[in-house]
Amino acid sequence: MEIANVVEKCSGIVKEVTIGATKDEGGTRGKVVTIGGANCIPFMDFDGSPGHKPAIAMDVYDAPPEEWPEPLLKHYADVIDNPANWAKKCAEFGADLICLKLDGIHPDKGNRSADETVSTVKSILEAVDIPLIIWGCENDERDNEIMPKVSEAAKGERCLLGGATQENYKTITAVCLADGHNLITQAPVDINIGKQINILVTDLGFPTDRIVMFQTTGALGYGIEYCYSIHERGRMAALSGDHQMATPVICDVGHEAWRAKEAKASDSEAPQWGSFADRGVMWEAITATTLIQSGVDIIRMNHPEAVSIVKKHIENLT
Amino acid sequence: MITLAERINGQFLDVKKAIKERDPSVIHELAKKQTEAGATYLDINVGTAAADQEDAMKWLVESTQEAVKTPIAIDSQKLSVIKAGLEVIKNDVMINSAQGDPEVLDTYMQLAKQHNAALICLTMNKDGIPQNVDTRIEIAAEIAGKAMEHDVDMDKIYIDPILFTITVDQKQPAYMLEVFNQIKLISDPSPHITVGLSNLAQGTKEKSLICRTFLTMAIAAGMDTALMDVLDTELMDAAICAEMLLNKQIYSDSFLKAARP
Repeated sequence: MEIANVVEKCSGIVKEVTIGATKDEGGTRGKVVTIGGANCIPFMDFDGSPGHKPAIAMDVYDAPPEEWPEPLLKHYADVIDNPANWAKKCAEFGADLICLKLDGIHPDKGNRSADETVSTVKSILEAVDIPLIIWGCENDERDNEIMPKVSEAAKGERCLLGGATQENYKTITAVCLADGHNLITQAPVDINIGKQINILVTDLGFPTDRIVMFQTTGALGYGIEYCYSIHERGRMAALSGDHQMATPVICDVGHEAWRAKEAKASDSEAPQWGSFADRGVMWEAITATTLIQSGVDIIRMNHPEAVSIVKKHIENLT
Repeated sequence: MITLAERINGQFLDVKKAIKERDPSVIHELAKKQTEAGATYLDINVGTAAADQEDAMKWLVESTQEAVKTPIAIDSQKLSVIKAGLEVIKNDVMINSAQGDPEVLDTYMQLAKQHNAALICLTMNKDGIPQNVDTRIEIAAEIAGKAMEHDVDMDKIYIDPILFTITVDQKQPAYMLEVFNQIKLISDPSPHITVGLSNLAQGTKEKSLICRTFLTMAIAAGMDTALMDVLDTELMDAAICAEMLLNKQIYSDSFLKAARP
């Protein structure tokens, strides 16, 4: 008896986005990262091409993060107020990209100036040769003031800049377009807004092959199922030919996982939950390994051990 | 949805005149306008006016290809006219159409395979057009069976269960919805389902409204293709909206704009 061919072909393909530019391309990166390209559901390589492997971006903050639990902080204690050295450390831990999160420019978290921020960006570009994600503080006024200067300072490096929201997208879209960067479009766990913001930025002339979508991430136990189902639905739409959804996806696992009380509670506070040293690592690794099944292309992470677990997991799946 | 734009048809006076005078400008204009309006295929039908239908078909296909690269549906009930069109085709192509008799299907399936063409098959045979649901489904099943026999990809097969004009038999639109539902069940993956939409409202005073309303009902019942007036923007918007309501497109505030060509 002939066995029926059950391959499920998809009509759509997720666009490829390249982050980073080498010297030949007008930047200074030693490596570039290309994501996207899938035309089948994640890791189902018998149906089609799963595209590029998910990449790991490790977070660096422009100002020392508050309330990081000790099992995480201990890996960065010596570099916590030196973003360039912090980035170097992440590169050594195996990061594919650095995600510089500019929380320090927020009025409530340091209100750092544009000059300080630009010099931070430059110092990281000099310290490491992997591509850079630069993400504002999500205060519209400060982002609109600082991101254009950051963008200009990194011109030619083809960074990934974030984020454009439905309420505030014009400035960042314009500067990304002018300076040749990629753009993160951002939605609050809402697929309709996710699509809308992609339409809004493309209406301004921004090319879809330079967009990476972000649906605010929920960690394990904190809304991961909503986040998962939105990623999944968006990816299925992309594979069915919806061009506005056919862009790669980034998720923020590290920050969200390490906010969970399961990651933060000490041994004395929660003796029944197992070792404090391991819990946060597991929380971050499981959040990441779950979300990569939903169709994500960049995973922001924090803990080096969690990064190592997730990288191994991706290797096993590909 | 998949649209076959209907305007390059010798039954329209401007096209009839263009064929007679061999004036390609009218055809270029229609090809461009319908492509811009979102046509998936440009249907080309010489009508009945031309003395030499084969030659007229060749000229229409060539004139269309001069203007656009849009896929073309060669529309004729005569095999010789379809073959004439296929002789000069460069763009992607659909054959419109074959009838559902086994020996006819053999010929057309081979032709489709040879030209890597999509193929519309009518649920009618030498006994005529069935008036009921069951016979249409029997013929549709015969068509799907022939496609498998000839190893033609089901994605290339479009079944047309033949939509009557509303003034001829008002029971037919409801029958058609039932036919659409059942055609989807005859194979997995199922063939496409198509109709000549404008035919429904021939001779009525509310052509656009009747077509638009039936289109949304038909999409809900599984029809995914139609020969229609793609220049009717309200009709095209209704199709986009129906697909959004059926969760085939993700809603966003600009969904209409995003889905328009």
